[in-house]
Amino acid sequence: MIAESGHYALVLALALALIQSIVPLIGARLHDAALMNVARSTALAQLLFVGASFIALVTLHVNSDFSVANVYENSHSMKPLLYKITGVWGNHEGSMLLWVAILALFGGLVAAFGNNLPLSLRAHVLAVQAWIASAFYLFILVTSNPFLRIANPPIEGRDLNPVLQDIGLAVHPPMLYLGYVGFSISFSFAIAALMEGRIDAAWARWVRPWTLMAWIFLTLGIAMGSYWAYYELGWGGWWFWDPVENASLMPWLAGTALLHSALVMEKRNALKVWTILLSILTFSLSLLGTFLVRSGVITSVHAFATDPTRGVFILLILCVFIGGSLSLFAARATSLKQGGLFAPISREGALVLNNLLLTVACAVVLFGTLYPLAMEVLADYKMSVGAPFYNLTFAPLFTLLLIAVPFGPMLAWKRGDLLGVTQRLLAAGVAGLVVIAIVWAWTRGGSALAPLAIGLGVFVIAGAVTDLVERTGLLRLPFATALHRARGMPRSAWGTVFAHAGLGVALIGIVCETTWNSEYIATMKPSDVAHVAGYDLKLDGLFQRQGPNYREMIAEFNVSRDGETLSVMTPSKRSFTTRGSSTTEAALLTRGASQLYISLGDANAEGAIAVRIYHKPLVLLIWWGPVMMAFGGMLSLSDRRLRVGAPKPARARQRLQPAE
Amino acid sequence: MRRMMLAIVALMLLALPAAHAVQPDEIMSDPAKEVRARELSRELRCMVCQNQSIDDSDAPLARDLRLLVRERIAAGDSNSQVLDFLVARYGEFVLLKPRFERQTLLLWLLAPLLLICGGLALWLQIRRRSRNGADVPVPPLTPEEETRLARLMSEEPRSS
Repeated sequence: MIAESGHYALVLALALALIQSIVPLIGARLHDAALMNVARSTALAQLLFVGASFIALVTLHVNSDFSVANVYENSHSMKPLLYKITGVWGNHEGSMLLWVAILALFGGLVAAFGNNLPLSLRAHVLAVQAWIASAFYLFILVTSNPFLRIANPPIEGRDLNPVLQDIGLAVHPPMLYLGYVGFSISFSFAIAALMEGRIDAAWARWVRPWTLMAWIFLTLGIAMGSYWAYYELGWGGWWFWDPVENASLMPWLAGTALLHSALVMEKRNALKVWTILLSILTFSLSLLGTFLVRSGVITSVHAFATDPTRGVFILLILCVFIGGSLSLFAARATSLKQGGLFAPISREGALVLNNLLLTVACAVVLFGTLYPLAMEVLADYKMSVGAPFYNLTFAPLFTLLLIAVPFGPMLAWKRGDLLGVTQRLLAAGVAGLVVIAIVWAWTRGGSALAPLAIGLGVFVIAGAVTDLVERTGLLRLPFATALHRARGMPRSAWGTVFAHAGLGVALIGIVCETTWNSEYIATMKPSDVAHVAGYDLKLDGLFQRQGPNYREMIAEFNVSRDGETLSVMTPSKRSFTTRGSSTTEAALLTRGASQLYISLGDANAEGAIAVRIYHKPLVLLIWWGPVMMAFGGMLSLSDRRLRVGAPKPARARQRLQPAE
Repeated sequence: MRRMMLAIVALMLLALPAAHAVQPDEIMSDPAKEVRARELSRELRCMVCQNQSIDDSDAPLARDLRLLVRERIAAGDSNSQVLDFLVARYGEFVLLKPRFERQTLLLWLLAPLLLICGGLALWLQIRRRSRNGADVPVPPLTPEEETRLARLMSEEPRSS
């Protein structure tokens, strides 16, 4: 009954989406406010029905109703409750349902909080949202129905893939989808603007908070996925340039460019055409990511060819939306007039450079991901594109970008003074150089360029701090005045400082981890001692333990430094009976921003076990950086100026109090 | 210029992932040769995995390939000879860093081409626009916006 209700709710959502696709547009044509307002009701109702459908699937998973194929294939009655819930989006059908649920959530948010949007713009935006929603509801209902029943229900389920039974992966997909799907809003705004043929600085002001929100979630989602891979996959890698990762990185790069170009459009009414194009491209890349991950085309072109229904359907959606939006763009873009002149050396100029570098970086990732596919299909030439390729092509682009980052926020709008800014950044530059010298003198081994890269990271951080110091007048004015000014500084300016500093922090983490990572690979017997980076790790013993749906072997390590015991680390290896597979649960010991990392290999007959121990210096900075960036984004989002659509208590109060 | 190119290339090498699935019994006795083996392993694909290097992978095939690489190194092959040997056996598919060839020309040249073209287009645009001068006026308000503006203006608090 629950399954059927969930299925039916989804069908109703499709019907609502179809109404929402057409009626508001007719309303906009006829200047009929009532028809345009239909979009608002249908968007909220869609949220209700898709939400009900999603909750139905969650309930089925929690109840372990194995008469539903999706539950049978991905759940187990002994699985902990948390993973019964998160298992909902640990599979194809469920994750697509989550996708549309989030799409409906964003549509509902625009409907609920878009009161100050011009009526016809809101009608257009919601209609475009409904086109996307209709396409994906159809996709789910036709090819990936999560509510299918099994005629003869089995007694026990087949359990979720063990590596997915982890808190990191419980949170990662929803975050990522909030990002991916969030970009649909800026896409809808772009299409609406093209259809209406009107676009101005106010448009950018409406779009920016939505883009920013999506960007924050995507940033956190990518960082979380990376940390999950780091501790769960058991060999300490945190980024693999895997096509699935690239699929999330591409919208991030384009979305970052979009945030910056929307800034120019909002402040200076320039770069309109480009901003519209970026909005379209960013969401197109999100769709492409969904296609790459969901069609299975990445795993193997042949697997895709043998069961092409899903892949072809998403490919069709992809072609219609990307092709359609780009054609509309090509037809209408020329009617959008450019405004706001600026000199090449200016804040606008710096943001254009940012966009150029980010777009090229994005294109490199796109090509690297699709090139092997294209070559195999078109030329029957099998090749691989992996990490070494991206390290050679992507990294130089980001190096250039990072050098430019501190200059951007300090240049004036319209016409900037590069020499002046360089002088003001002198202290930051000197800080970078000093750090380079110190690192050069203190470290041994590794690439000779590691110190340079660390210096660059320090320069970026110091540059962000310099901007802050100048804006508040910390060194020029009395402390109290500076503090007052810091409090009065727009939150978005604080956001810039944090986001840019976060880039530098992440860079330092990446360089330290890759250059001075020490490792120890050996077979150890109980009471053997491993010496890694000044730490002594003694293997105390091996134990067995029974978990809820697995058995695990635990190794106990006593960690000490200079004879002083610090902690006990317990890496383990879990065997999941139902799927007959095992996972490595690495043990992590955090010391400042550095970590000791132990993962277990196979045990042999004599009671010895293969272990890998790593010391990863400053590795946590890799994720602290993105967290800082997301925090900066949140600060910027909370800026009064951007709180479009938020209730305005000040005005309400004014109405209540009679004027004197 | 050459030095700078070298510097950039070296800077990229930094970013090589330092992640390993090497087993204790595979490690070569000569540390210098082991380092070479590890470097080569990072550039070779485990063909049965999804985009993993043989250095990262736990798959039995990856182990065989790691041992094969070490065998070739022990036999005195240079790095490029080892790569040639593997490509001859398994095809270009085994290389995670595609060689610079006719088929991969576009892939390798994309970034510099795009940067140059993008930069050139921007430069032309700026030149053209600075010659054309003057800001383009913002589009006029629609009637609805006019009424909304009028309403907002009348709502302006009359006292402070």
